Amino acid sequence: MMKPGKAFKRLVPLFLGISLLLSACGREDLSALRPQGPVAEGQFGLIKLAISIMVGVMIVVFGIAAYVLIRFRRKPGQNEVPKQVEGSFKLEVLWTAIPLVLVLILAVPTVQKVFAFGEDYSKDKNAVKVNVTSHLFWWEFSYPDYGVTTAQDLIIPTGKKIALQLRTADVLHSFWVPSLAGKTDTNTDGTVNKAWLEASKEGVYLGKCAELCGPSHAFMEFKVKAVSDESFKKWIEAMKAPAVLPEDPAVAEVFKSQCLTCHAVGDQGGPAAPNLTGIGSRESVASILLNEGASGKPGDRKPVKDNLVEWLEDPQAVKPGNKMPAPKDLGLTDDQIEAIAQYLADYKLSY
Amino acid sequence: MDWLTTVDHKKIAILYLVAGALFFGIGGIEALLIRVQLAKPMNDFVTAQQFNELITMHGTTMIFLGVMPVIFALMNAVIPLQIGARDVAFPFLNSLGFWTFLFGGLLLNLSWFIGGAPDAGWTAYTPLSSTEYSLTHGVDFYTIGLQIAGLGTLIGGINFLATIITMRAPGMSYMRMPMFTWTSFVTSAMILFAFPAVTVGLVLLTFDRILGANFFNVSAGGNPVLWQHIFWIFGHPEVYILILPAFGMISEVVSTFSRKRLFGYSSMVFATILIAFLGFMVWAHHMFTTGLGPVANALFSIATMLIAVPTGIKIFNWLFTMWGGQIRFTTPNLFAVGFIPTFVMGGVTGVMLASAPADYQYHDTYFVVAHFHYVIVGGLVLGLFAGLHYWWPKMFGRMLSEKLGKLEFWTFIIGFHMTFFVQHFLGLIGMQRRVFTYLPNQGFDLMNLISTIGAFLMGVGVIVFLINIGITAAKPRNASNDPWEDGRTLEWTMPSPPPEYNFKQIPLVRGLDAFWKEKMAGNKEMTPAEPVGSIHMPSPTILPFIMSVGLFIAGLGFMFTSDDFGNSFMNFIFSNYIVTGIGLAITFGSMLVRSLYDDHGWHIEPSELNEKGVKA
Repeated sequence: MMKPGKAFKRLVPLFLGISLLLSACGREDLSALRPQGPVAEGQFGLIKLAISIMVGVMIVVFGIAAYVLIRFRRKPGQNEVPKQVEGSFKLEVLWTAIPLVLVLILAVPTVQKVFAFGEDYSKDKNAVKVNVTSHLFWWEFSYPDYGVTTAQDLIIPTGKKIALQLRTADVLHSFWVPSLAGKTDTNTDGTVNKAWLEASKEGVYLGKCAELCGPSHAFMEFKVKAVSDESFKKWIEAMKAPAVLPEDPAVAEVFKSQCLTCHAVGDQGGPAAPNLTGIGSRESVASILLNEGASGKPGDRKPVKDNLVEWLEDPQAVKPGNKMPAPKDLGLTDDQIEAIAQYLADYKLSY
Repeated sequence: MDWLTTVDHKKIAILYLVAGALFFGIGGIEALLIRVQLAKPMNDFVTAQQFNELITMHGTTMIFLGVMPVIFALMNAVIPLQIGARDVAFPFLNSLGFWTFLFGGLLLNLSWFIGGAPDAGWTAYTPLSSTEYSLTHGVDFYTIGLQIAGLGTLIGGINFLATIITMRAPGMSYMRMPMFTWTSFVTSAMILFAFPAVTVGLVLLTFDRILGANFFNVSAGGNPVLWQHIFWIFGHPEVYILILPAFGMISEVVSTFSRKRLFGYSSMVFATILIAFLGFMVWAHHMFTTGLGPVANALFSIATMLIAVPTGIKIFNWLFTMWGGQIRFTTPNLFAVGFIPTFVMGGVTGVMLASAPADYQYHDTYFVVAHFHYVIVGGLVLGLFAGLHYWWPKMFGRMLSEKLGKLEFWTFIIGFHMTFFVQHFLGLIGMQRRVFTYLPNQGFDLMNLISTIGAFLMGVGVIVFLINIGITAAKPRNASNDPWEDGRTLEWTMPSPPPEYNFKQIPLVRGLDAFWKEKMAGNKEMTPAEPVGSIHMPSPTILPFIMSVGLFIAGLGFMFTSDDFGNSFMNFIFSNYIVTGIGLAITFGSMLVRSLYDDHGWHIEPSELNEKGVKA
């Protein structure tokens, strides 16, 4: 049996090696291996600890296996019967005890972190409260303290605890921002979940739905935009400003009668569909059509307006199974779609 | 016709094997279609709906219909022989178990052709699986098909419990039972406790969907989390139901081909029972992100981690069985030896997943997909291949080609690691599972492609196995009693394949590894425990088949009660439960017939005894 000190000395370089190896993995805004906030960091620490232990276990087992398989092959002409060993009490106790110790090493921080991450900050004055509601197939974020509701892009101030309250309006979904915090399911009423996260620095982090929720489960993504405290306040102000409606009265009329029955802009419209206030400055349209000019890594990006037109032309083609009726079925002409897309693309918030 | 009426456990084993191969093939094709779709970002090979049907059916098929029957095939083929019994305890039930399983499986797969395949994932979480969000008949096929198939599994489990408890040869105490018999015994006990849970869940969901009950309907006071608990109280033990027999097979194979007795036999037995016990205690680790609260999460975390202890005991015992032995790398042993590191890799990620706060990151990502495939494919399927190659000569009287067997092993295991190793990283860098496609430039593209190529390599391995079977089937049936030469247990004392009565005389067991003990004492065969006498045999019967057909019809009838077929006759017979009634009448009628007419079976007289094997 190794002395604890020696075991520790051996584990430390392994640990360091693995953290080097893992930290190079994946995108900074997406990977659980590149944490950008305290919750994800704590989880990454556990992942590293666990992987270190497990790699150690694997080295030992593979080592013994390799030795045995090479050393004890049956050689030609080897016919004497090998000694029939019943077992060895000492050895068996040893390999019962070692896993127990390893499990204990992992169990202690596990329990600590379970309680740390299960902390409820919803009564904390310094925390920003956000009610997350998941829908087929979009995310609604409302800020009860500010009376503001938005969709798809969750705007948060950096360095503050964000106290989330998660529920679903239909089937179960799961709220996951890998680089900020692990996932929490959004359950139906009666089993509403609480969670918290925090972003250490400004940036846009990719969020995903992690629970199978129907055809467009793959497209139920969202962004978490961490901004400075100042910008966050400005954003709240801008969100609370009265709605800007299309200048052309004819377009405004169509927009009001066809879109605002479900959608909302500013103080007008309904809550059944994603809030459109400031949609021109969001990261994406319908979460999968990435917008040009938005922050984040380059990819296959198009101007907001083109994305909006693509979406409005045929929502089912972009996101199968979503609940939005096709504007054409509602009687909108191509020109009207074009005009509404233009209006929405220009609807930007400065913050 | 002979095959429809057989109650011989060796023939039922072959039936299970054929059915298992069929469903395993279907599940495998589904897997390949999934991998084709995910080979590149934003692929449009299948639609989102089709993809969800594929993943649901792949999971359901593989767990319930693909590997279960192969396990049952080997249990049927081997256990009575290993314990020195002439048959199983309930031959009629054995046959009934097979047929209900088969018709349940067929009903489930019928959904591809009528009514739409299930699309809510193999876990069928509510409310996604409710009629409100899953609009086709898919989930009905799932609930009813699995109830019928599950009936078969439960019957099989009870049968093996009774067989192993009551029918061991004289001298075979529990602590002299071969390891495979032990693990099958524990598995059967787990089936006995786990399957009723899933049956209850499926019945509740059926009621919700077809009769409009509200067990899982929130607006009427139901609770969807209830489904998760019921499902996983079954679902977690289920993976141990699958893996334990594989542990048994590995134990037999490793010890035979090392020419040594199993190291630490009694601790292996203890570990098996402990795994089974803990397996029932940890279901909620599938629900860490559901929001059970920190206390529950902490408890279930630790309970789950504890499973590493008995599993570790097993791994080291296998390694030390080989230590000091004379290892021969036959195909079965290659699979067994390949199993050990592969399963260790699956096991260690299991402990990682057990840490709840870290699981918030792993849960429902490709990390989990990688983990459970390492356990179920890397563990169970490799174990099954080891077992199949090992017992093939005993079942069919022919040795599989070693050359092809080795080719099969290498393509399969290389393909396997290619497919699933990279998926650990895919999960950690942010790819959630069950997505039908993904946006490019997220760092997922290359790894998904590697994974797809690996999957096809695995497919090649399986095809090589099928070719091997085909070629072997054309060869003469010439395997000796003990074709591997180092057989240790009772099944190797009899002809390959065994005669329909198994043992002319029930053997007397004088220790663990009974046959090896006799060999070491210089004996060529077992000492009999009884004089040669007439042997009682059960009569063949068609009733189990008919009963299962009845359930199949009743299931279909129940499912379509409220459908409009655009045909008044069809509507009439379905909506008035006439089809259901006919199906149930067939089943209960057969039960009545079975109860009213005693069949005492028949006898083989000593003068008729010969050493011919069953035809396969």
